[in-house]
Order: sequence, then structure tokens, then C-alpha cells
Amino acid sequence: MERRSLAATIFVHLAALLLLAVILAPVLWLFVMSISSTPDLIAKPLHWWPDTVDLSRYGVLLSSVANSAGQAFVASLFNSIKVAGMATIAALIVAIPSAWAVSRTPSVGWSLYAVIATYMLPPVALAVPLYMALSWLGLLNNVFGLALVYLTILAPFTTWLLKSGFDSIPREIESAATMDGARLDQILRIITLPLAAPVMATAALFAFLLAWDEFFYALLFTSDQRAKTLTVAIADLAGGRVSDYGLIATAGVLAALPPLLIGLFMQRALISGLTSGGVKG
Amino acid sequence: MTNNWITTRAWFLMLPLLIVMVAIIGWPLFDTVRLSFTDAKLVGTAGNFVGFENYVRILSGPNFQRTLITTFWFAVLSVSAEMVIGVLAALLLNQQFYGRSVLRALMILPWALPTVVNATLWRLIYNPEYGALNAALTQMGIIGAYQSWLGEPGTALASLIVADCWKNFPLVALIALAALQAVPRDITAAAMVDGAGAWSRFRFVIMPYLAGPLMVALVLRTIEAFKVFDIIWVMTRGGPANSTRTLSILVYQEAFSFQRAGSGASLALIVTLLVTILAVAYAALIRKSAGVS
Repeated sequence: MERRSLAATIFVHLAALLLLAVILAPVLWLFVMSISSTPDLIAKPLHWWPDTVDLSRYGVLLSSVANSAGQAFVASLFNSIKVAGMATIAALIVAIPSAWAVSRTPSVGWSLYAVIATYMLPPVALAVPLYMALSWLGLLNNVFGLALVYLTILAPFTTWLLKSGFDSIPREIESAATMDGARLDQILRIITLPLAAPVMATAALFAFLLAWDEFFYALLFTSDQRAKTLTVAIADLAGGRVSDYGLIATAGVLAALPPLLIGLFMQRALISGLTSGGVKG
Repeated sequence: MTNNWITTRAWFLMLPLLIVMVAIIGWPLFDTVRLSFTDAKLVGTAGNFVGFENYVRILSGPNFQRTLITTFWFAVLSVSAEMVIGVLAALLLNQQFYGRSVLRALMILPWALPTVVNATLWRLIYNPEYGALNAALTQMGIIGAYQSWLGEPGTALASLIVADCWKNFPLVALIALAALQAVPRDITAAAMVDGAGAWSRFRFVIMPYLAGPLMVALVLRTIEAFKVFDIIWVMTRGGPANSTRTLSILVYQEAFSFQRAGSGASLALIVTLLVTILAVAYAALIRKSAGVS
């Protein structure tokens, strides 16, 4: 082990403090804005910590009083959960068999590159025909329609991630079971899928986060409370006539909470996914 | 089992994915190509065949060229800042200090924060009348009067880049940190015994381990930055005076605000072509660097 000089140790700790401040300050400020009263937020000089903690905006946004800001927000929250949930499940259903097949069959491996290539496609390349098709099918402003469109992003991504997951499960285990006379569906059900459970969970989390985060398609294809997702609702608040900055911040805190919690608690799984999916390629 | 049968089985298992991909990616892409040669409107008229008229008009117009340059600067500046800050942060997180595991865990926060929330947060921070940035800089005596960071063409793009960089450098840092942890300790120790200084240890001992993963991160981030829409739409909508309008914003305006589906489609295909060129060039670059090391 390397022995550091005192000066180097101090420097490392100062740099770490700086990094901590850079990472935390914006997130903390979002939270502080959400609990500050409006006079505190528009005071000059600005009050960095409110005189009294004001939690009323959380009540406003999570209330279900008809035609209130809360009702619209809660509706968009449920829409986000529905769309992200459905799109994630559908993506896993189509991705799991494909990822396994690509992983175990070198002769079709090239098709994975086609899948990855579609993931690089800019959404604008598909947006116009998708809009026309959804309109023709009557699926504009509809959670099913939006979930279907999200498959364009989630299906290639989960296939890619799951393929590298299946690669790490030795195929000898499957061969041994085949020798013992197990059928393919038995092998997958009893051996491979249970072994792949952690990577499937990681893929599901990533897919859910991607869908939760999505904005472009949601902006194009939804127009009111029936399908509008949280990201669109927040963009509306931020760009609209709302002058209560604390309310905008509160909506941001609530929308950020699920992914932040997933991020903090599932850290290990997410980072291994990031490095295996993103680094090995 | 014969190889033939195994291949057939693989295609059979891939069938659901292939059907979905053809229906919601293949067909729309094909239809975008078709639309790009028409003067179709988004709603109503199907449009007539107009040949390359859309392409000629877009490529020769000032809007496209200016937007391309804006996109180029956004991508180059934000991605290079993210790479440099990300690697520096990773080198720091690889050192011994108190609270290291906590700081490593917190690095996930900006990455996990939804892009739209991040954009909204920074829009509030940059607010010209009540924003935290103006307050902090004034209270520290760095600026005399409140600035309209997102309202001035001179500062809007730079302000966007800072917001984008804050969200994305931690991802680069986490990828680089994972690579750093794979560097065997005895190699760096041996380099030190041999008298290598900090810079040559980084350049010749550590960098070869970092190069591969960083290259992949660079590729993915550049392509994403080139396609950027969310953060700009929420913070400036491409303004002021179109100074932050990127290619994706231009496509949105053309196809959806002005409802010109035909020319919007041609513009979208030009963007797609540029992204493809980037992706292919990078793939070649990665293959080359993998062959060398």
C-alpha cells in the first residue's frame, strides 16, 4: 500500500467534499424548495433554509379533490406507473426468449447487432408514422398506445442486457440436463430462468426507469389526464403559468422519489448492469 | 440435435421480438422514408410525391445549418466535460478517504433523477428573478446584478450544458471507477518502485484499463447528446432566438408544431443518417483500439 503525505490526504478529502457538494447541492435544493413557503423562495437575499417547514404542497399534489392540481398530478402518477409497468412486462416477455436464443445460438448472433442498432435510432425517425398509426388505431392519448410505443426503446435494451446475463450462465449446466432427458421448456423453467433471476430483475428495473424517464413520445402522444405521464405533467408545470416554484419543486421531488430510492437501494445490481451492459457491449 | 434445428429453434424463440420490432420500428422507419419524399401533412392530406424537394430545401436552408452547429457544440462540449470530470471523479473515488462508500453510493443520485426533473430543477436554479444561482453568486459578490441565464443567447447553451453535465458525469465516473478497480494493485505498485510519477502511472499503467470502457461510454453519450430533446425542451424550448435549438427540436417543430409531416420526415432521416455515421465511425474506432491493446 502506498503511504500518502499529509498534504495529499488533505487534498483528497477536500476534493471529496467538493464532489459531495456538487452532487448533493442541487438535489437538496430541490427538496428545500419543496418545503419552503413562497415568501421564503422569493425573498432577496434568498433564504437558503425556510423559517418554517411548509409541507402543504405535498398535500395539495397528493389530494384527489376534483379538478384540483392534485387530481391532475395523481392521474399522471398512475399513468406513469401503468405505462412503465405494462411496457416493462411486455418487453421482458419478448426479450427473454430472444436473449436466451441469441446467447445459446452463435449462428444468429448477428441479429443482436440489428437489435442494438435500433436502440441507437433517434426517436424522431419513428415519431411521425407512429403518430399517424396511433391516431388511425384510436390509441392516441391512451396508456396502452403509449406502452406499445415504449417497446421501441425497452425491447432492444432489455434483449441486449439479458443476452449478456444469459452469457454468464454456463451452458454446460443446460447440456447436462439435456443428457438427463430434460425438455427445453423444463431446462428453461427449472434451471436457466431461476439462475437468471437477478439479471432479469436488473433488466426489469432498468426498463422501468427508462419508461418512467421517457418524455418525447409522451409529449407527442398524450394530451390530457387519461394518458399524460408524470414527465409531461412536470414539464407543463415548469413551462406553464404556475408561479409557485415550490409546487413545481414538490412535483419534481415526488416524481424523482421512486427512481432515487431504486437507485440507492439497488445500487449494486444497477452498477453491475451498467458495467456489464455498457462496458462489455 | 442438428445445427439446422437449433438455428430454426432460435428463430422461433425470437419470433415475438421480431414481430414487435418489425411492427413498431421497421415499418415506421420505412414509412418515414416514404413520407420524406412527399408533401404530406400530419393530419388530413396523404400528400403527393415530390422527389427530393424536401431534402434540397432543408439542406440548403439556414435553419438546418445553424441547428446542426448548435447540436455539434452541445454534444462536443457536454460530452467532453462529462468525460474529463467523470474520470477525475473516478480517480478520486478510487483513493482512500473517510466516507468513501457513502460518496460512491450518492453518485447514483444525478443519474437516477429523471431527465425532466433535472431540467426543471436547473430551470428553477437559473430563474432570472428568484433563482438560487443568481442568489448565490450575488451573495458571494461574484456578480453585481441578477442574470437571465436561460434568457440570453450568449449564456443559454452553456447553462444547458452545465445542467446536462451534472446529470451525466456521475455515470461516466461509475463506469471509470469499475474499470479502475480492475487494475491490479501490484502493477501500479511496481510502476511506483520503478520510479514512475503520477502522470506516467496514469498514462501508461491505468489508462490502458480505462480506454475500452471509456470509449464505449463516449460512444453512447455522444449519440445521446446528438439526439438530445428533453432537457432542452423543458429548459428553453430551443430559445432564446433559437440559440439552443438542436436537431431533434427542429424535427419536432417541423413535423408536429407546423404539421409538415413530409419535410419533418426528411429532416428526421437526415438526423438518423448523421447518428448512423457517428455510430459506425465509433464502432470502427473501438474495434481498432481493441485490436491494438
